[in-house]
Amino acid sequence: MIVARTGNEAMAEAMRQINPDVVAAYPITPATEVVQLFSQFVHDGMVDTEFVPAESEHSAISACAGAAAAGARVMTSTASQGLALMHEILFIAAGLRAPIVICLVNRSLSSPINIHCDHSDTLASRDAGWIQIYSENAQEAYDTTIQAVKISEAALLPSIVTTDAFIISHGMERVELLDDKEVPQFLGERKVKYSLLDVENPVTLGPLDLQDYFFEHKRSEIDAMNQVLPIIEKVQKEYGDRFGRYYPTVEEYKLDDADVAVLAMGSTAGTAKVAVERLREKGKKVGLIRCRVYRPFPKDAMTRAISKVKAVGIMDRSDTLSTLGGHLYNECRSILYDSQVKPLLKNYIYGLGGRDISIEEIEAVYEELLSIKKSTKVDKDIVYYGVRGE
Amino acid sequence: MAKLKELAAQEEKFVGGHRGCAGCGASIVARQVLLAAQQPVVVGAATGCLEVISTIFPYSAWNVPYIHNAFENVAATMSGVEAAYRAFKKKGKITKDLRFIAFGGDGGTYDIGLQALSGMIERRHRVLYICYNNEAYMNTGIQRSSATPRGAHTTTSPAGKVIPGKSQLRKNLTEIVIAHEPAFAAQATIGYWNDLVTKVRKALDADGPSFINVYSPCRLGWAYAPEKTIKVSKMAVETCVWPLYEYQDGAYRINVKPKEKRPIIEFLNMQGRFGHLFKWKDDVPIREYQAEVDFIWNRLLKRSES
Repeated sequence: MIVARTGNEAMAEAMRQINPDVVAAYPITPATEVVQLFSQFVHDGMVDTEFVPAESEHSAISACAGAAAAGARVMTSTASQGLALMHEILFIAAGLRAPIVICLVNRSLSSPINIHCDHSDTLASRDAGWIQIYSENAQEAYDTTIQAVKISEAALLPSIVTTDAFIISHGMERVELLDDKEVPQFLGERKVKYSLLDVENPVTLGPLDLQDYFFEHKRSEIDAMNQVLPIIEKVQKEYGDRFGRYYPTVEEYKLDDADVAVLAMGSTAGTAKVAVERLREKGKKVGLIRCRVYRPFPKDAMTRAISKVKAVGIMDRSDTLSTLGGHLYNECRSILYDSQVKPLLKNYIYGLGGRDISIEEIEAVYEELLSIKKSTKVDKDIVYYGVRGE
Repeated sequence: MAKLKELAAQEEKFVGGHRGCAGCGASIVARQVLLAAQQPVVVGAATGCLEVISTIFPYSAWNVPYIHNAFENVAATMSGVEAAYRAFKKKGKITKDLRFIAFGGDGGTYDIGLQALSGMIERRHRVLYICYNNEAYMNTGIQRSSATPRGAHTTTSPAGKVIPGKSQLRKNLTEIVIAHEPAFAAQATIGYWNDLVTKVRKALDADGPSFINVYSPCRLGWAYAPEKTIKVSKMAVETCVWPLYEYQDGAYRINVKPKEKRPIIEFLNMQGRFGHLFKWKDDVPIREYQAEVDFIWNRLLKRSES
């Protein structure tokens, strides 16, 4: 069914069709709508979900962890400060191997307070043991939300699926929805090995783990994350074979014959595709790399993509406040250390607090990359793009 | 009325071998509460003494399903567990009747976990929340909490040269909970085991959220000999430092009225945490503590009469 939906509406529709056992959530701009719409589904009897309208994000994610430990299929939604308030429990949920899915809208973290898009919220939680998948548009947010449930339950690790604040969350787009029946058929029922509700076979979850065992348990969690990429690829393929929409972990757009490329996450990739088209019309060999799966980091696919060009402009909608630039930039530099082919890299930190990024600005990035390719030199490796006084 | 013989014959759900101190009150709370339960239970615990002593991997003292999440969120965690249970019940995936019990110390309940507790009760999750109240952060080495009484020495309200222990009175958490109109709320203590067992049963039968604030002497933090735990617990009741009462359907009921209300000094002088008060230049801390105890007890008498 083809409909017009905002990113938030698309994610809420996915949640309705998934029909989770438990949703525990707390509203926050710009993800409020997801929680609101879902509450309406509950009150209209369109889902069987037990809805826990928690008194904070901290309690929302705590309730999610408890429900997941009881064997339930569990979802929530949040953004920015909400995710930051959940931060403590994100690690615990991952350690408890609770396959929770968060529908997240990327919004900058305070201070200063701001409600618009950047990726600082989820990137600040990148080491929490959660799978992170960034959507380019509402369609992808919808599809990925459904996929994430299956991925998480197979990996026994929680997932965050993101959209960009307002750009995707509130932007109305053409979205193709699956039939209501297709979603539960695709997902099946959650199967659990241990449940807190199995009183005949009592388990102790979350015990105190000291020097003699902690490391082994943490190691097994790391190992679980190391095995996630093939699971994601399998689910993506299964989804594509069934419903016709295929997604990669790293998207390559007009990259094979490109001299230079931009690397971006989220909606900016969509804008960059238009810039690529325009420049291609002028005969310039430019391409795009999109990081869709950020955690676990798709090292091989990313190295392959980056190695196809001579210069890459890495666009980070975040900064690490470490003198080292943005998150993607650091990770791409790191994976290139062992690579035979080392393209020139330049980091463009842009769009913080929702500052718009235009097609023309991205075209200018490509022009700069082409001259970097020509001169084989990067004058300044980290720039703050589109900010006054730069 | 529970019978001791009948309780003693039951299978233990919180077993020995844990790492609690000799004379630990918290472990007695866990054992008595679980023995009282007549339905299968699922338990959650906040970070704290009880969690630390009972689940050092690979050992567990819990013969029932148990989850620990973090310090401030046992009420929220158990809200989620109970919500999952309701979801499965509705879908027919579970047919058994289960009960849910959350344990938190006073640190995890009066202070850092107060918000989650309030949320759990307001949302009407059918969970029994047990606060094992030992009046300080014992797990981290005896720091003050909002449950610590006036004058008590803790490591963050020490008996100093100019300030004699804690300067403030206790927070009245039981009344805060009652203001939420739970299905059942009570104060209890381990020295009156039958009263505690009866209250746990009432709480688990009540259709809604319930709360029992269980006074739980700590021999280490309160500084008394380990074999005195039950005596100290009983003296708290006889001095009205810890009145035993319950609240249900709008009515207060005092469960134990001491024949003779003893002065709190008889409770204070059993414990090292109050020792400095007897050498202090004036009796202000003790008078203020006594005044608080009298005020609360008299108000309780009025409320239970009306």
